Amino acid sequence: MKTLTRPEQVTLTINGEGRDVVIYPGETLLYTLRGDALGLTGAKPGCENGDCGACTVLIDNIPTKSCMVLTAEVENRHVTTVEGLEDAPIQHAFVDNSAFQCGYCTSGFIMVGHALSQHADAPDDSRVVEWLRSNICRCTGYQEIYDAVRSVCQDSTAP
Amino acid sequence: MSIIGTSVQRKEARNKVSGRARYTNDLTIPGTWHAVVVPARQAHAHILSIDTEKAKQIAGVKAVITGDDVSVLTGDVIEDRPPLAKDKVRYWGEPIALIVARDEATAQRAAGMITVRYRPLPVINSIGDGIADNAALVHEKNGGYKVATPPAYPKKQTNIADEANVEKGDVERAWPGSDITVDIHVSLPQIDHAAMEPRVAKAEILPDGRVLIHCSSQAPFEVRKLIAKYFKLNPGQVVVEVPLVGGAFGGKSSVQLEVLAYIASKAVGGRVVKIVNTRETDMASCPGGMGLEADISLAARQDGHLLAAKMRFYMDIGAYTDSAPRVARAIAAQCTGPYHIANLHTDVFCVYTNHTYTTALRGFGHMPMTFAVERAMDELAQKLNMDPLRLREINALKPGQLTPTKARLTESNLGHLPLTIYKMRELIGWKQGKVERVGEHRVRVQGVAAFWKTSSSPPNAISGAIITMNSDGSVNLSIGAVEFGPATKTTAAQILAAQLRIPLDKVFVHEDVNTHVDPEHWKTVASMSTYMVGRAVIDAANDIINQLKSLGAAVLRCSPDDLDFGDEKVYVRDDPSIALKFSQLALGYKYKEGDSIGGQLIGRGRFMIRHLNLLDQQTGKGRPGPAWTVGVQAVEVEYDQNTHQYRILKAASVVDAGRVINPAAARGQLMGGMNMGLGVASREGIHYGHDGQFLNNQFRSYRVMRVGEQADEYLIDFVETPQIDAPFGARPLGEHGILAIGAALANALSRAAGVPLNTLPITPEAIWRARRHQS
Repeated sequence: MKTLTRPEQVTLTINGEGRDVVIYPGETLLYTLRGDALGLTGAKPGCENGDCGACTVLIDNIPTKSCMVLTAEVENRHVTTVEGLEDAPIQHAFVDNSAFQCGYCTSGFIMVGHALSQHADAPDDSRVVEWLRSNICRCTGYQEIYDAVRSVCQDSTAP
Repeated sequence: MSIIGTSVQRKEARNKVSGRARYTNDLTIPGTWHAVVVPARQAHAHILSIDTEKAKQIAGVKAVITGDDVSVLTGDVIEDRPPLAKDKVRYWGEPIALIVARDEATAQRAAGMITVRYRPLPVINSIGDGIADNAALVHEKNGGYKVATPPAYPKKQTNIADEANVEKGDVERAWPGSDITVDIHVSLPQIDHAAMEPRVAKAEILPDGRVLIHCSSQAPFEVRKLIAKYFKLNPGQVVVEVPLVGGAFGGKSSVQLEVLAYIASKAVGGRVVKIVNTRETDMASCPGGMGLEADISLAARQDGHLLAAKMRFYMDIGAYTDSAPRVARAIAAQCTGPYHIANLHTDVFCVYTNHTYTTALRGFGHMPMTFAVERAMDELAQKLNMDPLRLREINALKPGQLTPTKARLTESNLGHLPLTIYKMRELIGWKQGKVERVGEHRVRVQGVAAFWKTSSSPPNAISGAIITMNSDGSVNLSIGAVEFGPATKTTAAQILAAQLRIPLDKVFVHEDVNTHVDPEHWKTVASMSTYMVGRAVIDAANDIINQLKSLGAAVLRCSPDDLDFGDEKVYVRDDPSIALKFSQLALGYKYKEGDSIGGQLIGRGRFMIRHLNLLDQQTGKGRPGPAWTVGVQAVEVEYDQNTHQYRILKAASVVDAGRVINPAAARGQLMGGMNMGLGVASREGIHYGHDGQFLNNQFRSYRVMRVGEQADEYLIDFVETPQIDAPFGARPLGEHGILAIGAALANALSRAAGVPLNTLPITPEAIWRARRHQS
């Protein structure tokens, strides 16, 4: 990992594209993503403390809270944000299952669900719950979100 | 098939799943400066001095503002709150200074350099502290503040900010005639709205005098009104813009951060300044939801009929009143729950404490009030050894009867509670509240509770709609209601599509609200948008239909009365082949010769609430809303008698929602409401330290529901008794999922644990304590 003592240019791979951005020491990935240079505001600040998951992105396909990662840590890693999804099944599933209301937590939940659906193992129900517990939604009854994610994951218990 | 009653996708759905839906903090004008709130770190203390020198010396700091720089007092009802604490602080987290800097990091660094010297005062840390004899006063000036929106009756030299009373029949005469009575005391802590989007406000003062405010608010027109009033501006000068809002639940109906953003911008020559709350500030410094202590006494006959009730409600409103007097009147007006009680005496007190101040929270006081009443009803049912649903059924209010404030009930304004109860028996497989043993230490039991709610809106609440037609006959709809999740804008679009008989995809809604261009809408609160906006939309649609017919009649050389419309055409009723497409008329009609008549079709519609009046302090008479929504909720729990842990197996709601316009959205509102209500009842609550410190202003310590903790199964059904004056008969339902579900949970667990559980939240530890206390 790079050590920064002053603003410095780093190269990030965001949604498959190399991007040069100037970052400050101590700058979180959430801050960099949402900043003027990248303008990827799909990841939302909800607590900036790792509690709510609204800022979840994928780093090398693993859902990660971007408020808890320094931008300097992710050079040479692949960062995927909700803007990088191209008509992914999880996005349709969220619409079909009414899995959001205000929409503020949606990007984060979608990234968790997407990663889970891409996972090689077919998750059982408790795995789906375990993954989704990282995030908070205050609007829905959660069943809608669970159903949406379940619908795009292979079911390990299915015959 | 009609678009009314059809589950349609919300208009902005695709944007929300693509990360492209924009909220207030997603748009930043280059050159924006940042302001940061410095919160108090005492709950009750005199401010001896605030040292701002070190903060001012940091490079990039543009202004440091304290209470001494601001002379206004703010407040929706009583003007008791300085935007920045002055002379004393009244809650831990109260904004005490504001730092404006080039960037957020600099402002945060400067905030850490502010030193405040306090002289601590005794902390009013509970309702009991507040009403004790010789209690320290949170406001020495209580009773001397301006009451901006009467009624409010503060009591001088006390911590009672307001009192509301309801009196009906003769309680003292009726009481001895009863066969059975119950007395209970309930206690609910303050809670937080916990909307996922923390509050944000931006302000800019332009050289031409206009003030631009961008904010995450449920009440852009209220922001405009109050900023203009506090700072002596013309309302037209103040332009408030609100894009999509990331959850609100009443917490964004209060005006606070917007005032601070204006003050910050003013201090730096009108430059655009942004304030973004951290989660910690959002919880501790901005208004939450009230706490409640209540004493409920019910008197009934042996057959279960209620004869009389005595109730006292004490609200922990925190350090400032905000909307508390309105909430107090809402509680007073609906205090019986949906039951007929001929003899009634109810007092509601707003108690100042050194806690974070409070505002509306989903249900506007009806949730805590319902908890109190429904716990008492269940205790009564147990004492009578009666089916708790049956007890509610026989006491249900009926058309022709009067509410506690003597408003007359009709089938249209009341709906049908007995029918919802009937449906609930089927829906949940009702077992009369019997405790069923399912394992050595495990039992299953169901609990029920019923609710009613009306809007408690001001008697002059208004709404409006403007429709402009595009060249292809599609329409643009402009309304003043904000979209924060319930699909308000989509419902308005459905109503317009139905009224104009055009496909929904031909209706485009203005997603943001801009007070400069959208017609005024009271506030997006009280589950009233479908009713108020809907009525305005229908009015505007009728206006545009008249214009289509009148222009069509001129072109087709007939009377407008000869014309009907449908399929995006106006046509001659007796010969539909003589027709004009909407698109031929939308921007004026062009004759073959090229000359034209008409111009763009622009429909305007408005709505104003009617026949409401304020609660009279002497007689307790008043009509608080146009109609009530009634319903019944139930849970089934499995409870472990050893560990006191429990699992919610079923959560069910049957609501008389009138005509349901968008069933998927309606179910979503109810499921979400139930989940929030079960969270509140089972785990939520603000913890204050012995010194009044807000201890849990993070999601790791303020616990909300997470996936896997929700009910195993949600069950929802509707009764559809039309509200005749509402669009297509639709009743309000946005808040209602939360109202009685917590009481239903407490009723189930009280039966399961064999001990009355009258304090929220009901954690396994709380059950253990209650049982230990009983034995």
